[in-house]
Amino acid sequence: MKFTTLAVAAIMAASPVMADLVFPSLSYRTGPYAANGIPFADGYEDYFTLLNERDGGIGGVPTKVIECETGYNTEKGVECYEATKAEGALVYQPLSTGITYQLIPKVTADGIPLHTMGYGRTSAKNGKVFSNVFNYPANYWDGASHAVNHIMSQGDIKGKKIALVYHNSAYGKEPIRTLEELSKKHGFELTLIPVDHPGQEQKSQWLQIRREKPDNVIMYGWGVMNQVAIQEAANIRFPMENFIGIWWSGSENDVLPAGDKANGYKALTFHNLGDDYPLYDDLRKYVVDAGKAAGAGDQLGTALYNRGMYAAMLAAEAAKTAQELSGQKELTPALMRDGMEALEITEEKMAAIGLPNFGPTFKVSCENHGGDGLGAVAQWDATAGEWSLITGYEGSDQDVIQGLVDEDSAAFAAESNIDEGCK
Amino acid sequence: MFYREAGDFNTSYPEDSQTFPIKFDRYRYYVVLAVAFLVIPFIINDYWANAVFVPFLIYAIAAIGLNILTGYCGQVSLGTGGFMAVGAYAVYKLMTSFPEVSMLIHVPLAGLITAGVVTVFGLPSLRIKGFYLAVATLAAQFFLVWLFNKVPWFYNYSASGQISSPERDVFGIIITGPNTEAWAKYVICLIFVTLAAVIARNLTRGSVGRKWMAIRDMDIAAEIIGVNPMMAKLTAFAVSGFFIGIAGALFFSVYLGAAEVGESFGIDKSFLVLFMVIIGGLGSIFGSFAGAAFMVLLPVLLKNVFVGFLGWPTDLAAHLQFIVAGGLIIVFLIMEPHGLAQLWRLAKEKLRLWPFPH
Repeated sequence: MKFTTLAVAAIMAASPVMADLVFPSLSYRTGPYAANGIPFADGYEDYFTLLNERDGGIGGVPTKVIECETGYNTEKGVECYEATKAEGALVYQPLSTGITYQLIPKVTADGIPLHTMGYGRTSAKNGKVFSNVFNYPANYWDGASHAVNHIMSQGDIKGKKIALVYHNSAYGKEPIRTLEELSKKHGFELTLIPVDHPGQEQKSQWLQIRREKPDNVIMYGWGVMNQVAIQEAANIRFPMENFIGIWWSGSENDVLPAGDKANGYKALTFHNLGDDYPLYDDLRKYVVDAGKAAGAGDQLGTALYNRGMYAAMLAAEAAKTAQELSGQKELTPALMRDGMEALEITEEKMAAIGLPNFGPTFKVSCENHGGDGLGAVAQWDATAGEWSLITGYEGSDQDVIQGLVDEDSAAFAAESNIDEGCK
Repeated sequence: MFYREAGDFNTSYPEDSQTFPIKFDRYRYYVVLAVAFLVIPFIINDYWANAVFVPFLIYAIAAIGLNILTGYCGQVSLGTGGFMAVGAYAVYKLMTSFPEVSMLIHVPLAGLITAGVVTVFGLPSLRIKGFYLAVATLAAQFFLVWLFNKVPWFYNYSASGQISSPERDVFGIIITGPNTEAWAKYVICLIFVTLAAVIARNLTRGSVGRKWMAIRDMDIAAEIIGVNPMMAKLTAFAVSGFFIGIAGALFFSVYLGAAEVGESFGIDKSFLVLFMVIIGGLGSIFGSFAGAAFMVLLPVLLKNVFVGFLGWPTDLAAHLQFIVAGGLIIVFLIMEPHGLAQLWRLAKEKLRLWPFPH
């Protein structure tokens, strides 16, 4: 115990407070979700390394990434949060819906912003209730709507059978309500097929799919569950073009194990894929070739690496916005929160960063912490070994989603005695 | 020299049968209590509360509960995670249904509800034992997790199936929810753990505990000398369930704040608490604390050393942590199968003879 005291005291003493812009990375490089956690964490860290190496940080203030291993486990996630928040953490991106639910009340009490990009609690889109939580540019319910829209674009959806294969957790359950509403609206039949953590065994679920023969399968999976599901779908010869995953079920690691049989599998995305961007030249020059890449440095250009980089880019842009708004170079979490709420991503900004056409443009406001919810569909080409976008960025069914957001956020506000309103 | 009964005369029966008959031991106990109640609350911060003390105290309650069942009564249980979930969901339903009632009532009530549920799942123990009973309790674990996932009434029909604890106070001091002060969290857990330990210790010293131990040591012999096996086993399940329920209730409401049954109360939890009991020492209240401390503190310590001191990559540290913790468990079990409590007992024996050991 004494040793722990010393250890913690030494860490506390060794870390300068508020000198850098601190971006904690609650990553997971171990456990059943590591295959997806590693590329994201690498992308997140590499982008900040690039900013330090190339520009000397953000607005001249160096950035610092503190990595903390959560293993996708909520208890470890909370420990990581407590361990890093004292070091001036500006924004948390836990990449886990379970940890997000833990952190929403904590960050609100501590005044630190939380950015859950495409995951977390969907109703956090309502910034009037969730003052410190952001989920731009798109959320789970947008994703459910995109998947349904895509199925509709391929033919009449009325009377079709659609199965939702989902991770039996807060994450996987999120889209159910939206899909139920949509099934009422469009007249398709919805079957719910849960897969328990971690999802290495899905024989019975896919047997059910084989028996019930749904026309389409939508998947909300993560980690090892994705690979297994795609392999099982291939085993029962489910037509891959009718199998569509959320953006968390669309990385190279998910489709590669099934080999050629995964050809034609579709996944949603809210940013572009591949490494054909000017920013990658800088990344290779300043980070990878300099030997400063995070992890093994072999994830560049993968879908989740891009997403981690995109998350870091949005955080860095929000920090820039915060610096401009406040006129201060060194930021506090409160200033960072204001910066995130005033964030505007335009095509010029993205082109200047070196990521032209990388993602949709959007503008955050107090009423809307969730962006416009644009998303596209990508398809896996097994021979070329790459994802390609087969649609443009399209909007989601806001008539259905906005109503649900208002309803859920009002419930949260009532539950935790929050007065709605913009500060 | 440090630890001996010379000059320590007991002149009455109560003195002779007290929990800590040796003066040094008694004072040490008072000092620990004084430090825990009067010093730590004033110096504790968020990190120490959330990463170290609160989980340690809560797991200690759970370990005491399982120790009563497994260590004292000899009934193996792999359902601890599911039983903690019962406590958690019970306290959640109570908190949200009766917001005006104090948490000091809700938490023991959740314990009582869990005791009832655990007793029902303990009924098979009257017919089966050993590995077969372990499998029956394993079934309880999976059934309970499935139940809390399947029936929306338990999580108040929330969209994500998560339960989150609203803000509640005790005498004006907030003890659940995000605005809780570190010391308040710590103190509320400390009060429950102290009560649990005192109750458990006295139960195991009395006739109830002796009946449990008789059943554990040889159930047929116990029956012949007049112990009712049904009553003994079911009381063990009930008392164990009560403590595990309290642990589950605190785990959700005070420590986590939001929980999801599959992740927070899965089979891993059952094994974790079982490891605590085995490493700490079966049939020892002190062992429950030692085991909980070992399993909670060691990973945090290793993480701080590997990542904080040595600056190693987090994934390497996480993997090494498993290796070191696993290795230590094996070493412990080989060197001292009776757990940390036995080490402590041996140390005390040695100290009594010091400086002339033989």
